[in-house]
Amino acid sequence: MNTFFKIHGGIHPEEEKDLSNPGTVLDAGLPQSLVLPLSQHIGKPSSLCVAPGDYVLGGQLLAEADGMVSVPLHAPTSGTVIAIEPRPVPHPSALDNLCLELACDGEDRWIEHRGCEDWRIETPESLISRISAAGIAGMGGAGFPTAVKLMARERLPLTTLIINGTECEPYITADDTLMQVDAAGIVEGAQILARILGVEEILLAVEDNKPAALAAMGKAAEAAGDHCQVMTFPTKYPSGGEKQLIEILTGQQVPAGGLPADLGIVCQNPGTAVAARDAVCHGKPLTDRIVTLTGRALTRPGNYRTRLGTPIEHLLTVAGFDPSQNRRLIHGGPMMGFALESAAVPIVKTTNCILVPTEQELPTPPDAQACIRCGLCAEACPASLLPQQLYWYARAKDQEQLERHHLADCIECGACSWVCPSHIPLVQYYRAAKGMIRESKAEKARSDRSRDRFEAREARLEQEAIAREAQRAARRAAAEKKAAAGGADDPVAAAIARAKAKKESAGNEESGS
Amino acid sequence: MNFLRITSPHGHGPLTTTQVMQAVLLATLPGIGVLTWFFGPGTLINILFGGLLALALEYSALRLRDRNPKRYLQDYSVLVTSTLLCIALPPYAPWWLVTAGILSAVILGKHVFGGLGYNPFNPAMVGYVVLLISFPLQMSSWQAPRGLGEIPGVAESLTALLAPASYDGVTMATPLDILRQNKGLLLEDLYNNSPQFGQWAGVGWEWVNIAFLAGGAWLIYRGIFTWHAPIAMLFTLGLCAAIGFDSGSSESGGSPLFHWLSGATMFGAFFIITDPVSGATSNRGRLLFGALVGVLLYLIRVAGNYPDAVAFAVLILNFAAPFIDQYTQPVTYGHKPSKRDDE
Repeated sequence: MNTFFKIHGGIHPEEEKDLSNPGTVLDAGLPQSLVLPLSQHIGKPSSLCVAPGDYVLGGQLLAEADGMVSVPLHAPTSGTVIAIEPRPVPHPSALDNLCLELACDGEDRWIEHRGCEDWRIETPESLISRISAAGIAGMGGAGFPTAVKLMARERLPLTTLIINGTECEPYITADDTLMQVDAAGIVEGAQILARILGVEEILLAVEDNKPAALAAMGKAAEAAGDHCQVMTFPTKYPSGGEKQLIEILTGQQVPAGGLPADLGIVCQNPGTAVAARDAVCHGKPLTDRIVTLTGRALTRPGNYRTRLGTPIEHLLTVAGFDPSQNRRLIHGGPMMGFALESAAVPIVKTTNCILVPTEQELPTPPDAQACIRCGLCAEACPASLLPQQLYWYARAKDQEQLERHHLADCIECGACSWVCPSHIPLVQYYRAAKGMIRESKAEKARSDRSRDRFEAREARLEQEAIAREAQRAARRAAAEKKAAAGGADDPVAAAIARAKAKKESAGNEESGS
Repeated sequence: MNFLRITSPHGHGPLTTTQVMQAVLLATLPGIGVLTWFFGPGTLINILFGGLLALALEYSALRLRDRNPKRYLQDYSVLVTSTLLCIALPPYAPWWLVTAGILSAVILGKHVFGGLGYNPFNPAMVGYVVLLISFPLQMSSWQAPRGLGEIPGVAESLTALLAPASYDGVTMATPLDILRQNKGLLLEDLYNNSPQFGQWAGVGWEWVNIAFLAGGAWLIYRGIFTWHAPIAMLFTLGLCAAIGFDSGSSESGGSPLFHWLSGATMFGAFFIITDPVSGATSNRGRLLFGALVGVLLYLIRVAGNYPDAVAFAVLILNFAAPFIDQYTQPVTYGHKPSKRDDE
């Protein structure tokens, strides 16, 4: 077995992976209509290039990338665009966002798409443009545009690509399933990504609770050659966190505020690797993904190949939802997923799991008890923070102490809340505190700007006043100088002389008449 | 259809604060058992009487503070406080002594600060110190252990609790007292002359300490608290005792083994300084906290004038805990080790 390094903290929740029967892909079918949010990624929303009433084919471009950090969006099947309007989307805020509704015609006709002949002879730039055109955003959950991440090479020397198949969240088996059914595709995708990044080493990271995926990946890696290596390590949550995984595999820590690229490392999700392979070798845009539908309120849990935009309602029907014991619908896993208010939201590029637990399985948390500073949270924190102290400072809104205790390094994995014997929703406090700090920084930047503006204005006015004063002084000086130079020049004397002359001429005229 | 919106994480680990408190109570049982065996039912009666009183006081305090008593009483914390205090009290203490102690612990030590989680000092030790300073005579009357004096029965114990003109049982100086008052005898002679000394430390006391050590070890095994504070305290106490042992001369402060197994050492190490609320919070902080308690404990035992020193040592370090926390913050992921980030 390969060597690995130990990380601080972590927890061992019930894995519940077998519930969704990893290794088998089921078909979620074609719903009557798909709802496609224009923002399924980090960055600017895609900009529409179709209008209501347009008929589109599967794979056809619906919206283009808007600027650098954005991705395009493609039709997952053929049909008619029937609406473009704000709809509920899967987001913790539960706010509506602009979506496009596509009425499927059931024929699933597709545009012609072709990949390149041999990616080994393509330039990295042309490979990136293919990935960029396919609308791929990180499929592990963050949804950062993949093409942008691949440009890291231009800034820093890179050595290693890590394919993060850790999938440490309980319940989720989407990556596990993909690794079992398409290990070769993942490895080929990884090789393409490695070529783009210009790295030699590919590490395929898999936790030791997935023996079938490990075997499949091992075989595929062997076929690919020496530079490709499967790495396994003991199961612990959150080993799959990017920073944690890097420490497990390399013993190095990503510097605070930095990126893995600072260590010469880029991490990608297995699903992203396969999507990149499909884009490059087949010219196929990202229009579907594997979603784990799981939880004991489903009678047919499993891993479903699901078209983007499929309403969760449709999936609940497919997977046999029994609402009698259920109160919660979770987008993502039990540790970091967020609860949805309604099932009328669609699957997006970052949806790896829909968890539908029974009340017995994941009970509604009781009221929080007092923090007794037992320190179990500090034992569990993978970032070596002191959650119990952050909790007090968050409640006290003590920004200085929050920053001194490195709140910004909290990855919101939820390990602290999970172990807290008093059931305190710690992560919620940290999110709120982060928001507060962000807001106050923005506020400070704004007030700094207005102060600068005000000061600049004051300085300018003062400058102008000085200039005016100087001008006035100069004029006065000039006038005095003139007066001193000769009486003729004295305006008062001149005026008197003029008046005298006038008087005299008037007297002459009078005497003459 | 509307689903419940709760923020992540959605799952939860098995341990609750109520279970933590119950585990601590359970872990005191071996020590209470041995105390009862050697000194009779006095401690048990203290614990029962004190526990009922503490529950009543907690209930009233919660009502006065406009909190839901049912919800807060479920955390068992007041029973932990009262049990720990009553273990520390001399057996056959009069009812008013127990009452004054519980009142100080629950009201002064806990509720004036805002209840569980907000108390800067260990409530049980607040109660103990109030009594020790106010009633030094009653607080230093320890029943002689089994074998050296007659053990009172339950009826006599109740009499001692209810009609306490003064306790007329067989009291005896504890080994710690004898050692402190020793002037002129070599340690070996002192041991031979005083029947209170047993195999390693005091008769009875050595077993009491071993029982509390066992309970504490079980709590560490259960993951209720970490080993840092107790081990650091026992280490520095042993170290100080080794330095002050003076090869058993008449000036000797006693051997490390004597100190480990005397008085409230193990009870303090595993049940008092492990109180997370009033102690240091990081593991490094707990090491320092425990180590300093150990040093103070030795110094007060040897140079002070009280029957034991755990309570004072702990209260003094409770003062220092926030300060210790400031300087023992662990190195966060991705940060360089440094004492403080003074940017």
